[in-house]
Amino acid sequence: MDIYLVEAIINGILLGGVLALLALGLNLIFGVVDVVWIAYAEMVMVGMYVIYWLHAYYGWPLPLACLVAVIGVGLLGILVHLLIIQPILGSAPINQLLATGGLLFFLQSFATLLFGTDFRNIGLRMPIIEIGDIFISFSRLIAFCVALAGAVILYFFLSRTHIGTAIRAISQDREIMGLMGVDERKVYVITSAVGGSLAGLAACLLVLQYDVHPFIGLSFGPITFMICVLGGLGNMIGGFVAAFLMSQIISVGGYYFSIELSYVFAFLFFIVLMFIRPQGILAK
Amino acid sequence: MLSVRGLTKSFGGFVAVSDVSFEVSEGELLGLIGPNGSGKSTTFNLIAGTLKPTAGSIRFEGEEIGGLAAHQVCHMGLARTFQIPRPFRKLGIRENVTLAAYYGRHGRVGRDEAEALAVEALETVGLPSDAATTTEGLGAAGLKKLELARALSTQPRLLLADESLGGLDVAEMDQAAEMLERIRTEKGITIVWVEHIMGVLMRVVDRVIVLDHGEKIFEGLPADAARDRRVAEVYLGTQH
Repeated sequence: MDIYLVEAIINGILLGGVLALLALGLNLIFGVVDVVWIAYAEMVMVGMYVIYWLHAYYGWPLPLACLVAVIGVGLLGILVHLLIIQPILGSAPINQLLATGGLLFFLQSFATLLFGTDFRNIGLRMPIIEIGDIFISFSRLIAFCVALAGAVILYFFLSRTHIGTAIRAISQDREIMGLMGVDERKVYVITSAVGGSLAGLAACLLVLQYDVHPFIGLSFGPITFMICVLGGLGNMIGGFVAAFLMSQIISVGGYYFSIELSYVFAFLFFIVLMFIRPQGILAK
Repeated sequence: MLSVRGLTKSFGGFVAVSDVSFEVSEGELLGLIGPNGSGKSTTFNLIAGTLKPTAGSIRFEGEEIGGLAAHQVCHMGLARTFQIPRPFRKLGIRENVTLAAYYGRHGRVGRDEAEALAVEALETVGLPSDAATTTEGLGAAGLKKLELARALSTQPRLLLADESLGGLDVAEMDQAAEMLERIRTEKGITIVWVEHIMGVLMRVVDRVIVLDHGEKIFEGLPADAARDRRVAEVYLGTQH
């Protein structure tokens, strides 16, 4: 088998992990609060800037900067919910899309105003691992492992804790939760915090591989959103599978043609599947 | 224990519940009956906090609960079941009940206690209490039981049972009536039982309240209700 193809497939798997993590966060929020955070990737950007400034500028150790980013974006998630989502929870879905869409432009412009449009890099050089003739970037491998660990932790949180059970339950029937003594608003706030923290975690992984700039969200936002829709909005397992499908198309397509063309294939695949399986790839 | 005074709920121009007053004393098994659309379920929704009253007061153990959020009412020890069971389909039977036990009466209980409460409630209603059983195999009667188990596991002092036993056969209705009676005597839980068919209910309740078009038209002993002219009119008019 072609060694470069193997490398492309491996890179696709590694990319899939990070995309899956992004999709999990967005799906969690949608599944529970029933609102799409269009600005999700911009929250990742905020996390990347946090890490950049703390680590590269103020010289904090990277793990500490990452921890602050995870917690910080988690708190940002709570703020987004309380200030933007909660007041319009009962209104038409289009209003919620517009409101979080507004947040997207706000965060982009705010970042541009504060930091300019420079591409900033935390200046970390990670080794390249060589297995046989295959080269794998260590930062990608770390990103993949952490993303997977994040997904596993989220799984146990949702399946083994009472608040996790409440989160899964509220996504099925929000009206009757109160009759079981569950304060619906609290579940929303906690879910938003978890969703935000996942964006913060994704920021830690992306900052290892990419420069941060105010429009980095555009590189990941649309593809994340597509993955969620492809997997069935709110369907976490579907999103997970879709992330790896899309990343393979991008990575292997990039090997055979070019990376730009591979994105065209990914979007084409998305459009075709929307006709065949509009409810998502795992829909019954 | 529960004191409802002048309870009124209107949706726009439609008055679903109009100036209804009644008392429930501790340990009682009270029947609340009336034909479809008479305001029984709306009354329940108002008491349980699912709807906010337009006017009137609801006092539970001396405290005003009208207009409180559903989870606050639940924490005070007042639980309800739904006419149409609404289990969380993607959770297992026990998980459904454990969730209610954990967040129910006192806000929070320990993990082990929540599991124990869930198992106890499931055994009371006669459903499997292992963690693996899903809600898929449950028929109408099974879903009713699950609904009841979920309410019981919140450790209520007052249970509002919306049993409107449509979809059950005669044996299942008897079984349900017997179960409510048993819950009252064994667990000391006060019960208000909503129903639109009079038969089974009349045999077990202490007292009965009859609603029609959102108004209370009768309150008293089941035997007297059977002889009451207005009650007969309402039921003869709609049932036959």
